[in-house]
Amino acid sequence: MYSHGSESLIKQAREIQESELQKFHSRLVKLLQGKELGHEAVDSLQRLHLILSATKYTRTLPPELQKRLQSLLSSPAEQFQVLSSAVLRETLPLSGQEVNYNQENFIQLNSHAAALLLSQAGSRADVSSLCAHLLCSLDSRQSEGQANSLAHTLPILNTVLTHSPECLTEDHVTLLSKKLVDWLRYASITQGGGAPSGGFFTGPRSRQPVPIAELDGTVSGDFFTVLCVGQGFTEDQWMNVYSFSMLRHWLLTYHSVANGNNTADTANKLQLSLSLSHSHSFCNDDRSEVDGSVVSMVSATSSSSRLLPPKERLREKAFQYCQRLIEQSDRKAHKRTDTDLQKACLVEAVCILDCVCGEDASLVFRTFPCIKALFGRLSSDLSFARVLLPIAQFYLNHGEMAAVDCESVWTLVFGRFPAELFNSPFLAHEFLRFLRLNLESLQLRVPQYSHSFPNLLKFLAWDSPAVVDDFVDLLPSLVTAGTAVELLHTLLDLPCLSATLVLQVRSTCLPISEPGGRGLLSLDAFRSQSFRGLFLFLLRGEAGSGDTIDRLSTLHELLAETADWPRVVQCAQTVPVLLHIFFDTVIAVADEKLLAHLVQVMLERSSLLLNIPKYNKEIHRVFSCHLLRLCKLHPSLVVDQSHELLEFAGATAKVYSKEEIYTHVVWVLGEYLSASCDSRCSVRLITSCFETLEAVLFEITSSAPPPGADCPVPRVVTSLMSALAKLASRSHDLIPRVSLFLSKLRTVTRGGPVAWCSDEEDLVAIVTRGEELWSLLKAPGVAQSVLTPPPLVTTPQWHRDTNVAMPLRLRALTNLTHSQ
Amino acid sequence: MVRCFLIHTVCPVGALGAGDSRVLYSRVFGPDEGILSDQNRDLSPEERRVLQKEKVSVVARQVRSAVSLSREASGRLLVETEPGDEALALQEADGGVARLRAGDPFAEEMSALWLGVQSLGFTLVCEPHENLLLAEGTLHNLTRHCLETLHMLGQGSEVLLRSNRVDALLSRLLPHGQLLFLNHRFAQSLEKEVAAYVAK
Repeated sequence: MYSHGSESLIKQAREIQESELQKFHSRLVKLLQGKELGHEAVDSLQRLHLILSATKYTRTLPPELQKRLQSLLSSPAEQFQVLSSAVLRETLPLSGQEVNYNQENFIQLNSHAAALLLSQAGSRADVSSLCAHLLCSLDSRQSEGQANSLAHTLPILNTVLTHSPECLTEDHVTLLSKKLVDWLRYASITQGGGAPSGGFFTGPRSRQPVPIAELDGTVSGDFFTVLCVGQGFTEDQWMNVYSFSMLRHWLLTYHSVANGNNTADTANKLQLSLSLSHSHSFCNDDRSEVDGSVVSMVSATSSSSRLLPPKERLREKAFQYCQRLIEQSDRKAHKRTDTDLQKACLVEAVCILDCVCGEDASLVFRTFPCIKALFGRLSSDLSFARVLLPIAQFYLNHGEMAAVDCESVWTLVFGRFPAELFNSPFLAHEFLRFLRLNLESLQLRVPQYSHSFPNLLKFLAWDSPAVVDDFVDLLPSLVTAGTAVELLHTLLDLPCLSATLVLQVRSTCLPISEPGGRGLLSLDAFRSQSFRGLFLFLLRGEAGSGDTIDRLSTLHELLAETADWPRVVQCAQTVPVLLHIFFDTVIAVADEKLLAHLVQVMLERSSLLLNIPKYNKEIHRVFSCHLLRLCKLHPSLVVDQSHELLEFAGATAKVYSKEEIYTHVVWVLGEYLSASCDSRCSVRLITSCFETLEAVLFEITSSAPPPGADCPVPRVVTSLMSALAKLASRSHDLIPRVSLFLSKLRTVTRGGPVAWCSDEEDLVAIVTRGEELWSLLKAPGVAQSVLTPPPLVTTPQWHRDTNVAMPLRLRALTNLTHSQ
Repeated sequence: MVRCFLIHTVCPVGALGAGDSRVLYSRVFGPDEGILSDQNRDLSPEERRVLQKEKVSVVARQVRSAVSLSREASGRLLVETEPGDEALALQEADGGVARLRAGDPFAEEMSALWLGVQSLGFTLVCEPHENLLLAEGTLHNLTRHCLETLHMLGQGSEVLLRSNRVDALLSRLLPHGQLLFLNHRFAQSLEKEVAAYVAK
């Protein structure tokens, strides 16, 4: 699909020589001066476009060419309109020749010329002027010959509304609202005579007004909507389509226009809505199935709404249109594209209803029956999941006011969607966006939200790159004190969840026994009864049934072969980021007991992870960072968890396999196991810690590393030595033991290379550190203040502390010396 | 509203770096967002154009990365389809949606819907509150038309030399970036107009 040919075309276009380009320009000017412009002109213009657009730097055109192109914008042949607009968009207007948006007559603009003007607008004022002119053209009566020329006006206005709503004035809003009402509600209900862009010969005899039809073929009995069909369409029916296409955006933004203050006062609104509700004494979700002589319930009361001001009237008509769409979407369309359109219309209708109910609360009571019925109709069919999301949004926004029970909605949304539709990228995107936008509301109104993370994380486990961004935003809201531990375990086992989801999908797709194929061990395990429980735990929908499982190591073994599956690897790469966010958040909500529990989990899980290359290392790095942070914030944690920490530190094997986290454990022991951090720290505790670490240090420095392992990293050795020195400085009886070891170390290393350290520079560094510690320990008092500084020294107050603040001292001294 | 529509490569291109993408067609709708924001008000039109082109490249690169990660994860093998088999190519295409954070590269958050047909990607950048079901359908439709009118399953250079056809297509199906609710009759009518344009 993409070939060398294309590459070389682009290269040629970029590297064209100036002289050649000039020749091309003059040739083109000559071509365009001819009366009849043919294929050659088209091709040349196209090449010019390629030359201009192939580079990001702007090329300018000679004035003559530019002028000629400008005039081509109003050429009768559309091809030239398109090409000249495209070319001019890629270049700059001639200086001094810029369009004066205020003075130009824009009435006869075609779509392509308008696009050019819009793209060249240099300021808000330009956009405003363009807007004003377009609205004038809307207002003035259009002649028959310009049948489709209004069509592009609405999209342009919508664009302006998107970028800069203040370009429209209150009058514009009123005008456009009136027009929209006409097009939406009062478009013709007979079929058009042919293609709108003119000249279809239909003799007067064949001209019988045929009514429009619904998508299932029945004759339509109510006003025209986008879900109505006919052989051809009239212009106002086209405008109906364009109007509906921009309606939601219009309703969302029209009050942010210039001078936009809501003029209808509340009392007035209330009175009007009361008078309307009297005439709506029927049930809105009643659908008539009778052909022909149907009077749609929806439009029965259109007469009373004529009393309303334009914006309110538009709201009322929008309401009716949406109700009709919802009714029409229940019909069985003949074509697949129409079925898709019906779904899109449902989404749009519910969103518009949500919007109008937000502006006029009295509409909620009229709307809810319809929404409820729709929910009932669609909730059992997951292919309508993307329609059910806006419905859920409606419930969230208005459910409380209408005192409606939303339980079934949340069970569906938080229960079934993630569990069954995790592999649908669009649903995932929309679902997570729904969560992000409504976080506060959800945390308030949906009690099961914070417990639904096992389900929600399925989206991440399946397609990490696409949704990790969303989870970075969402994860903090899922961290609560009650579920933090379980969440941590779940995050660490996310790659396992990823593998399980893949197995689940494969299990449903593949036959029970692959013919002649190599059976996957993990797939067999997934399908076998004895391991079912393990996988079911991972696939659980709600938190609360246990932090993790006992047979985690079994699970990891079963999934060992999945460690190189791309989905699993991609998932594993996102876990460290999420862990950082987890720890950052949990610190704010956790009490010391929870933090102690988390430390335990970290120590435990450091050796219990799915064996994916680099995964273990990354997780250890995260653990180390946060272990340090937690202990710094709450030093008493170390004394509290001393048993677990010592158990970890006493295992010599960890020096070789988990040196990162081992080093940090040793460091926190050395730093915070002291009476000044926690009064429960006894001499006996210090001594037992000392002995544990001493044993490990002896072991690793007295013999070669075990077969298969590298030499211990120098940092481990020095950390152990420093920790021992720190502990000794708190319990002076231990000092001789440390000093003895350090001097022995010096002696041994003088004798030549050692088995446990391969690099000479590293050895020198270790020995140097040993000597420093040894000389420090010769003066125990000094050692104590250096190695176990009091908090006053480590967290100095300086100017913050009024008692030691320099200015205060100076003032005192001054007063003393100047007391006379 | 749709902010832009792109056709770009999602396969490795020799002249470019590993993650880069060659943009074959791009159309940005609406006024330049630079003139309306406070930051970039002092840029000249030329600078604004460069900025816009760069934003488009950023989108193309992000989608390229999303496409390759998605293809890697699904493990499906790419099968070259012959010209004439556009329907099959479209059926086999993988699709998805990427979130473009505010500032990266557009001032506000955007959703980039993409469809990867073998070595090319078709991307529609929409505002996130937009009806994505409708956008998905529109993207599908646009891609089908592009594949057919520009014979993209073959050599593929026509997209560079006949970009006016894509412009005409967009002016009907996505006028000024407006997504349209078109039932099959309306769509047929517009497609007839496009066919008439192409035939000239």
